[in-house]
Amino acid sequence: MKRAALIAIALLLLLVPLLHLAFPPGHALHLSEFYVGLLGKFLCFAICALALDLIWGFGGILSLGHGLFFALGGYGMGMYLMRQIGREGQYQSDLPDFMVFLNWKALPWHWALSDSLVGQIFLALAVPGLLAAVFGWFAFRSRIQGVYFSIITQALTVAAMLLFFRNETGFGGNNGFTDFKRIAGMPLNTPGMKVGLCIASGVALIGCYLVARWLTQSRWGRILQAIRDAEGRVRFLGYDPVAFKLSAYVISALMCALAGMLYVPQVGIINPGEMSPAASIEMAIWAAVGGRGTLIGPVLGAFFVNGTKSVFTAVWPEGWLYVLGGLFIVVTLFLPAGLVGLARRFGK
Amino acid sequence: MFKRLVLVWLLALCGGSAQALSPELATRIVAGEGDERVAALQQAVAAGDASLAPFLRALQDGRVRLKGGQALVMAQGQAAPPDAEEPMLNNRMRREIDAALAGLDLLSPDRATRAKALDTLRDDADATKLALFERALASEPDAALRRQLSALVAGAKLSSSDPGQRRAAATELAASADPATRALLLDRITGETDPGARAAMQSAIAAIGDRLAWGERAQLLFSGLSLGSVLLLVALGLAITYGLMGVINMAHGELLMVGAYATYSVQQAFRTWAPAAFDFYLWLALPASFVAAALVGAAMERTVIRWLYGRPLETLLATWGISLVLMQAVRSLFGAQNVAVENPGWLSGGWALLPNLTLPYNRLAIIGFALLVLAGMALLLAKTRLGLMVRGVTQNRRMAACVGVNTAQVDTLAFALGSGIAGLAGCALSQIGNVGPDLGQSYIVDAFMVVVLGGVGQLAGTVYAGLGLGVLSKLLEGWQGAVLAKIALLLLLVLVIQKKPQGLFALKGRSVE
Repeated sequence: MKRAALIAIALLLLLVPLLHLAFPPGHALHLSEFYVGLLGKFLCFAICALALDLIWGFGGILSLGHGLFFALGGYGMGMYLMRQIGREGQYQSDLPDFMVFLNWKALPWHWALSDSLVGQIFLALAVPGLLAAVFGWFAFRSRIQGVYFSIITQALTVAAMLLFFRNETGFGGNNGFTDFKRIAGMPLNTPGMKVGLCIASGVALIGCYLVARWLTQSRWGRILQAIRDAEGRVRFLGYDPVAFKLSAYVISALMCALAGMLYVPQVGIINPGEMSPAASIEMAIWAAVGGRGTLIGPVLGAFFVNGTKSVFTAVWPEGWLYVLGGLFIVVTLFLPAGLVGLARRFGK
Repeated sequence: MFKRLVLVWLLALCGGSAQALSPELATRIVAGEGDERVAALQQAVAAGDASLAPFLRALQDGRVRLKGGQALVMAQGQAAPPDAEEPMLNNRMRREIDAALAGLDLLSPDRATRAKALDTLRDDADATKLALFERALASEPDAALRRQLSALVAGAKLSSSDPGQRRAAATELAASADPATRALLLDRITGETDPGARAAMQSAIAAIGDRLAWGERAQLLFSGLSLGSVLLLVALGLAITYGLMGVINMAHGELLMVGAYATYSVQQAFRTWAPAAFDFYLWLALPASFVAAALVGAAMERTVIRWLYGRPLETLLATWGISLVLMQAVRSLFGAQNVAVENPGWLSGGWALLPNLTLPYNRLAIIGFALLVLAGMALLLAKTRLGLMVRGVTQNRRMAACVGVNTAQVDTLAFALGSGIAGLAGCALSQIGNVGPDLGQSYIVDAFMVVVLGGVGQLAGTVYAGLGLGVLSKLLEGWQGAVLAKIALLLLLVLVIQKKPQGLFALKGRSVE
């Protein structure tokens, strides 16, 4: 099953460029740009679900603040993309449009690296990673568990969202970043670039999956699962749960930031809405629908939930929240092991 | 033709007053250089002629014509004579006419007209209208309007060309406690050249500032208390469902929304079937919102939450799902737009304590209501059989079951009670804020903050935390703005949970994790 899913993703990644690039528009086998973008988005979401599953499914820690790490990664990439616009913005200035609009004369200090792709990628990973490390260290050291951890991660995310909504923060306020033109000198709006980003997301997903599999099967992963099941006993056996939980939390945050970084150039916008509490809780449902505590489940769940969302928003937009709400209820009540658990039950 | 016009003109003059506006003055208002026209207008206003107002209105309506150096007033709908010229009205002239008309209204026998005129004139007190203001002051019977008028007189004196009079006016104004007066003084002091008058103004500004500062402090405290009482109301329901029962209910905010929409429905029903009794709709809306939210809560407990006791993370997700469904259901039933809930007559308006401190009745009522609900809940938990059973079940579920308490039923009842109180809070919120599908979302984080800060399992902590958070967040708002205040409070919550996961006011006890 796991192997099959991995092969399916790899096949998808081979087929997409073929179908999109090799066949001209209008051909029966042509895959439209819309679907390439959609697939790329889903792949990023799948990374998020995988990241959340790593700490929730294996560590028993439900973070409701992963939207923050995703958005921070996205903003890191967005800053670079904003600078790549160059003088083609509305005001033909070296500064991004929103800064001209605010009457700023120079880049604020935290934009110092925004000219370099490597520098920004470093920031987009380092900032969320560091934030997770500091926040997690304080939280786990005080033995904050369960729902309390969920609530404070949510509070942190809401606080960050309010901060990013402000213009003075230097992240474009309400509107965030958009109107990107190119990345590393190459225009974003070409079929080749779209396929490239989509494949990059897929490769990142497979990479994250392999890392997560290696981690969970290692000694580290087994202790993490033991902490999930009986933290007190693990502590009495002489292990320090803080180190394991903290490392899991940081790795998970880094994966989310990576997903955000890949997501932004594909959808072409990032704004503080990504940090809303609802966005973070939705990530939890991707993992839960697919099946917590498995690695392939969250990937399937992200595809399933977001695929359903795409269908509903096209066919019956009002109905989507009923379905999403229903999913939350049904999965927690009847499908604790998610789709993977369902498949296993039928497999037997 | 011409004769008839003159006749109309004369009739208009004679009809008004014996002290007629002379045709010569009227012509000077209508024609000539801008400054001269304004001067003529001010002269006419100072004379306080009763026929001036109809003439000025006619001028505004474009019913005045110039012919052969004479101003002619035409009747409504009358055609203008072909060789008459329409007088020019530039913006400055229009403004002067507006002010002059408002000045004339000051002498009107109708109180409402006078009050409105005072409002119009407040920002336009200059020396030219001093005579008019003083005359109005002499004849004004109403005490409140007299006060406003004397402020106007002082304001007009401030723009007098005599420094002595300016100084006297500033001294007079020092007794005021009106923010507008302070603004006026601050405005005038920049252009003041006379040192004596300047010093008088300075001390007047300081004196008013002192008086206003008290009002501002009281205002801050009141809005803090008001916010605190709202938070308390919102959190009281949560104190039962989360504090006592340990259920993380992310749909608590949506139960508020249910209560608010129940209030809206009752209001609409009164509007349709009993418009005469509209002022009393709240008395029916209160029980309706309680029952509606309690029913939704009971249904939630029976169908979903019951199966998730002891699994808080799953409860969190499932109740989040319920909140999404409830929100969408409200959108389907009532539309995605906010609906309008009106205060009944006895809740609108406010109690004006100081010129810059008005306590709105609806906010006062909510503070009282929060205390009532708190007292009711405390009594219910401490004195009734249901309260006893709820406490028993939450303290030791198995033992309670052993002595014959139907724990499942108590769970449902307790959850319904907490939900019903959320409904009451929603009814109260509908009186001070917008009612829309997103109503609950904006309160849920705050509500959890109150309960978590207050400590689980007891009411007193919830009260301290609710009121304390309300006052603190208003203080921070006054200092750093609403957004930063909110961020600071969220970070405070994070810190408190770090240090005291059981809450600031938690009971001391021994428990493992």
